[in-house]
Amino acid sequence: MTIEQRARSAGVHLVLLAYSALAIGPILLVVMNSFKARSAIFGAPLAPPDASTFSLIGYDKVLRSSNILTYYSNSLIVTLVSMALVLLFGAMAAWALTEYRFRGSTLLGLFLSIGIMVPIRLGSVAILNMMRSAGLNDTLTALILVYVAQGLPMSIFILSEFIQQIPRDLRDAARCDGVPETRIFLEVIAPLLRPAIATVAVFTIVPIWNDLWFPLILTSSDKTHTVTLGVQQFLGQYITDWNSVLAALSMAILPVVMIYIILSRQLIAGLTSGAVK
Amino acid sequence: MSNLRIDHLYKRYGAATVLDDINLGIETGEFVVLVGPSGCGKSTLLRMIAGLDGASGGDIHIAGKLVNNLAPAARGIAMVFQSYALYPHMNVRKNMTFGLKFTGVAPAEREKRVAEAARMLRLEELLERYPRDLSGGQRQRVAIGRAIVREPAVFLFDEPLSNLDAALRVSTRVEIANLHRLLKATIVYVTHDQVEAMTLADRIVVMNKGRIEQVGKPLDLYYAPANLFVAGFIGSPAMNFFAAKVESVAGGRARVTGAGFRSFDLPAASLNVGDTLTIGVRPEHLSRGTNGAFAVEGIVELVERLGEASFAHIRRPDDKLFVAEVRGREAPAVGEKTTLVAAAQDVQVFDAAGLRISI
Ligand SMILES: Nc1ncnc2c1ncn2[C@@H]1O[C@H](COP(=O)(O)OP(=O)(O)O)[C@@H](O)[C@H]1O
Ligand SMILES: [Mg+2]
Repeated sequence: MTIEQRARSAGVHLVLLAYSALAIGPILLVVMNSFKARSAIFGAPLAPPDASTFSLIGYDKVLRSSNILTYYSNSLIVTLVSMALVLLFGAMAAWALTEYRFRGSTLLGLFLSIGIMVPIRLGSVAILNMMRSAGLNDTLTALILVYVAQGLPMSIFILSEFIQQIPRDLRDAARCDGVPETRIFLEVIAPLLRPAIATVAVFTIVPIWNDLWFPLILTSSDKTHTVTLGVQQFLGQYITDWNSVLAALSMAILPVVMIYIILSRQLIAGLTSGAVK
Repeated sequence: MSNLRIDHLYKRYGAATVLDDINLGIETGEFVVLVGPSGCGKSTLLRMIAGLDGASGGDIHIAGKLVNNLAPAARGIAMVFQSYALYPHMNVRKNMTFGLKFTGVAPAEREKRVAEAARMLRLEELLERYPRDLSGGQRQRVAIGRAIVREPAVFLFDEPLSNLDAALRVSTRVEIANLHRLLKATIVYVTHDQVEAMTLADRIVVMNKGRIEQVGKPLDLYYAPANLFVAGFIGSPAMNFFAAKVESVAGGRARVTGAGFRSFDLPAASLNVGDTLTIGVRPEHLSRGTNGAFAVEGIVELVERLGEASFAHIRRPDDKLFVAEVRGREAPAVGEKTTLVAAAQDVQVFDAAGLRISI
């Protein structure tokens, strides 16, 4: 490397480091302070917990005094079921739209791509009415339906790009071999889509897990609240229980971080070799 | 018995006619090579035989059964693709057996067929490997193995050697020829390489622009090409063509003249005074000398030395180039003025429409 190249690379890394600090900083702050006593949170918010300030009171309170475990399992159910449905239907739709020419296939593709551009929240009122008249008000099913609709367009778009890159000969070879169309999809195409599926999974999971809006308007009872909504109950108008808020937030972050770690290798492969060419 | 019959087959994409009235019959056990320039419709024809593309018109019979509306797997074909098209996430054994389980072959029978194919193709050591860990030639053999285990009525090969390097291509060519002999299989083999076609085929089908130009045994195509296209396509380097005219007809002999070669006589046959002809002579039939029915002279402009022979590119007096294959050690020197002759039997005559006149 020449000096110029080295300088440029150092510059790039500096920018990336700064960005990482900016992104990780608040998370670190939340997690760090969730392990501190209330006085220490306010006294020295930037200091890590030490022997004198360490306290698990936040976690204790959250786990004992509230429905956090219900919220947690609600979030998990909604997120995982939505993700599974988005991946399944997304991959199937992407396969159908790229592999088969049928009447209206172009129009259908166009219609789905509109879903990428128009945020689903614009339809909140209509969705609310729809769910109410369908009797799905205050159910997890309502949330799952909305999230599947929200995640599908992007996943179809990304997966279509990937499917197009799979050589046509491979599908033709399978057809000559006598493999039925569904098995071609499930046993030849789907395994090759693994990196893409990891990418789509992360893109689908994160916004669903973090969403506050739809639980807020579609759920009304404790038994259907999700974590993000549940945390709100510690934020009072007059007093905020910071220990509990921070502990609940830390717990809410955990699954997303874990998914990132598990899928990160596939994710990078997916990002660099697919839709984002 | 005819194993594969194609009648009045058409393929159109919008206004473009890609296959134009294809008629072809292939006998059981025959090795037929479809050859033609890139884009002439060879792959399209093969894919239609396989059932991967639908026909715009016409019928295909395989083993006496009309297969127009049958799915590829029901047609009794197996196809080997140019890109091999191995399933990347399955090992060699799985690649070969994967299709079989859908066509109702019992597990024990599958294993037997795989073992047999692996032995024939020397793949025994590689059965547990994945395609990414195989060389190009090995992948090719796996692709062939996957076709063999299906025990098809017809094997379809689409340019199977074009992704291999030159040395491997020659050895794989020999292997395919051996395999054909061993399996007594009916094979339709597509290539754009006329050497492959000549060496492998029982019969060659020469295609051009979606039509069949000629069907025949390799040497028939070489010595009796039906028209200018086949004459120019078969043989390497390509046949030399000279524009000519019939100057006079007298006593059963026609005198043929043209720019760049010495006038000569032909049996008059159907020729008339003033007919426009094309004279064709293969480079390997030209030799240096003075005595021959056909003689052409020119100045050597470029010499390609191959060892056993040299290709001399020679500028004719009418400023066109032609090629002569000069055998032996005595390669002509660049700039040398030389005369080349050919025997009467090696001179092909084509009429104004480009069809060969047999004389
Ligand atoms: N899907 C298609 N749409 C339009 N034209 C096509 C299509 N597939 C092939 N063709 C045309 O058909 C012709 C023959 O193609 P192909 O059979 O692949 O030629 P070859 O295998 O002889 O090189 C080409 O000119 C190609 O452009
Ligand atoms: Mg081709």
